[in-house]
Amino acid sequence: MAQKKTYALPNVTTPGTPVIFHPEVCNGCNHCVEVCQVDVYIPNPEKGKPPVILHPDECWYCGCCVNDCPRPGSITFNWPVQQRAYWKDKATGKVLRDSQ
Amino acid sequence: MTRWHDFIEKDGKPPAWPYPINYDREQEIETDVLVIGGGIAGCWAAISAARKGVRVALVEKGDSIRSGAGGPGCDHWCNAPANPLSNVDPDEWAEHMAEPPYSNGIGIQIQCREDWDTLVEMEQIGGKIRDTKDEFTGAKGRDEKSKLMISPRYTKVHSYIPGSQKPITFKSNPEGKLNNVVIRVWGSTFKPALKKECKRLGVKIYDRVMVTSLLTEKGVQGARVIGATGLNNRTGEFMIFKSKAAVLATAGDWSLYVLNTELAGYNTFRSRNQTGDGVAMAWRAGAALTVMERTGIMMLGTGYKHTWYGGAGDASYENVPIVDANGKRLPWPTQGWEDAGAMRPTPEDMEKIIKGVQSGEYTLPFYGDFPAMAEVERRVTWNMMLGEESTTKNIIDSYGKGGFDPARHLLQNYNFIEGTSPSQWRSAGGGPVVDWDLKSTLDGLYVAGEQSYSAGDHSYAASTGRYAGRKAAEFSRQAGDAKVLKDQVTLEKARVYAPIKRSDGIDWKELHAGIARAMQYFCSEYKTESLLKMGLDALKEIEEVFVPRLYAIDPHKLMRSLEDLSLLNHGQIILNASLARKASSRMLNFFRIDFPKVDPPDWNKFVTVKLENGKVKAGELPLDYCGNMKANYEAHNKDYASVYKGK
Ligand SMILES: Cc1cc2nc3c(=O)[nH]c(=O)nc-3n(C[C@H](O)[C@H](O)[C@H](O)COP(=O)(O)OP(=O)(O)OC[C@H]3O[C@@H](n4cnc5c(N)ncnc54)[C@H](O)[C@@H]3O)c2cc1C
Ligand code: SF4
Ligand code: SF4
Repeated sequence: MAQKKTYALPNVTTPGTPVIFHPEVCNGCNHCVEVCQVDVYIPNPEKGKPPVILHPDECWYCGCCVNDCPRPGSITFNWPVQQRAYWKDKATGKVLRDSQ
Repeated sequence: MTRWHDFIEKDGKPPAWPYPINYDREQEIETDVLVIGGGIAGCWAAISAARKGVRVALVEKGDSIRSGAGGPGCDHWCNAPANPLSNVDPDEWAEHMAEPPYSNGIGIQIQCREDWDTLVEMEQIGGKIRDTKDEFTGAKGRDEKSKLMISPRYTKVHSYIPGSQKPITFKSNPEGKLNNVVIRVWGSTFKPALKKECKRLGVKIYDRVMVTSLLTEKGVQGARVIGATGLNNRTGEFMIFKSKAAVLATAGDWSLYVLNTELAGYNTFRSRNQTGDGVAMAWRAGAALTVMERTGIMMLGTGYKHTWYGGAGDASYENVPIVDANGKRLPWPTQGWEDAGAMRPTPEDMEKIIKGVQSGEYTLPFYGDFPAMAEVERRVTWNMMLGEESTTKNIIDSYGKGGFDPARHLLQNYNFIEGTSPSQWRSAGGGPVVDWDLKSTLDGLYVAGEQSYSAGDHSYAASTGRYAGRKAAEFSRQAGDAKVLKDQVTLEKARVYAPIKRSDGIDWKELHAGIARAMQYFCSEYKTESLLKMGLDALKEIEEVFVPRLYAIDPHKLMRSLEDLSLLNHGQIILNASLARKASSRMLNFFRIDFPKVDPPDWNKFVTVKLENGKVKAGELPLDYCGNMKANYEAHNKDYASVYKGK
């Protein structure tokens, strides 16, 4: 395994990753940075790259960043584990969960 | 490279602050009408003031394109009894709505009279309010001609008001036809349309600016409001707004009692930005506030329970039958046509359900039986209603990606299994006292939306914002110029920037939890004179010992730190109002051990509190101080022009 430098970092907040960016689609237009009312993101220092998630602990899951993104497939929600739903198949009775 | 620590790991250093830092810069803006808060009420206030031809500045902490509770969208346009499909008289509906004690009869009357006009204007500027693409033909409540879609909510019963789950017969609807006062709307289109219209009308928009204080004539507490100060929460620049009239529309405070500032997404039903800034600045400026002693316990969206709208049976799950784990139907209302929109079981049905769970008649958990619904009704609920709030669109999308198909799957309901004990979490109500112009007790200061002491809904915010905007514009026309006192600005600047002058101490999250803890100990279920006084002492100690240690490392955290100071003020206001009410009250969810009598007749009145020369002054107002709602509304709106016809 290639040695990765280990830094002394504090714990990541919970939630830590409210969304996942897909850099192959996202063109870094920063529209999501603008629509987020609590400023979870800042623009990426590198132009054209997806924004940086700076304040994930302030996300209230309003969905505006994902729903207003002009390039579908650039950004997806990443529900924290405790927030994921349960449901049941009516025909089989099998209990299912959002386990993506 | 989208997470902060990715940068550390790659470059060995965090990314630089992406915006210019301008703590030492100051900007002065002059306007006729200043709107504070660019949510639903604020945007409407700005639009209606601008349509009166005056200069308008709109200041918003986030970005007004999607900010506020209503930014992500809205699926119910509540209380539009003047709509063409309604079967009740707006004035009679208003009276019914204002019947519970401590309601804001003035705001409610405005809503009932002008809500439909507001919705029509919403459509004019690009909001979608009809099923124009015929996607839901055949759904119950859809009017073929107008293509409006009535919601079953409030169709016969009005289930928000405790004890009113029985059908109510209105004089204006003697045959008991469906009331048809709530309209299903495509509310995710609303906020961007509002911002666009503000821009088109030349409203000067200041996004990412937190208003920190109101400026008063000669700096005197209780004098006319002549402007405000603000902080750009990206650059740290200081802003001075000079105005002839101001509309306060920053909504309420939903995190005062919340200990944990993480998990905000599931901790509060409002975003982090809702921290009672408006009520705190109105208090410091000397406005009289009322209903401040009321707090509500929320079972939903607390972080200790499932996420709001995440489970079948939550609000907006219209017409979804609730069944037990074996598919047995429960006497739980469907919020639909068959039970006239009732949202909670009656106390008798609840008793039956609890007994059934204990005896094994009903098996936990419960589910929402989507597959049992008619296809078009399922689409209306799942795709249209839930799709029209960005917040719930996530739910559809995420569940969908996870494999949920409402035609085949039953969605879990979380009642009972997540516990029935309330969490130590409260929402705080109340706001400035207003008159029939929605003017506060301070000249030049108008109030709209959830900022006014009223239950919040989108259409209430829209119609009261639209109303306050035109009244503020009228006032600004005849108001003279006023001079801002330099000292008032200097003092505020010192308060605002204190946390960035320090590099050590306690951060906003720790202070927030400290304030919440004090409120939980001294101002929750069990209230007594001595506990409430201990609460005031506790907040004073926080103010004197810990606030001077508050530090912030960038403009964003500086804003969060200043919000803590609003919360601190808000706590002080609640404690003072609680001390002033020496009786218990059910409608206020206010119980004092030392005054156990619930709603004794001599305490059926509004308690008011305000600051005068820095000292707290309590007062009172009769419960019916708004007078005859219909007559007063008409007397104050002789020139009301109904739907806007200008360009
Ligand atoms: C998920 C969800 C779903 C809802 N669904 C419905 C529905 O279907 N139907 C319905 O009727 N209602 C609904 N509501 C309620 C409705 O959205 C609110 O009642 C309405 O938005 C209140 O409007 P407002 O203008 O008073 O407050 P908001 O829209 O919250 O606006 C207040 C604004 O003030 C800004 N602000 C705060 N402090 C400052 C400051 N110091 N300086 C500058 N700006 C500041 C905030 O950033 C915010 O933008 C829902 C709410 C939520 C959260
Ligand atoms: S996720 Fe979408 S909105 Fe955000 S920067 Fe990428 S393309 Fe733009
Ligand atoms: S979901 Fe809402 S709060 Fe969270 S990052 Fe997106 S826009 Fe911001």
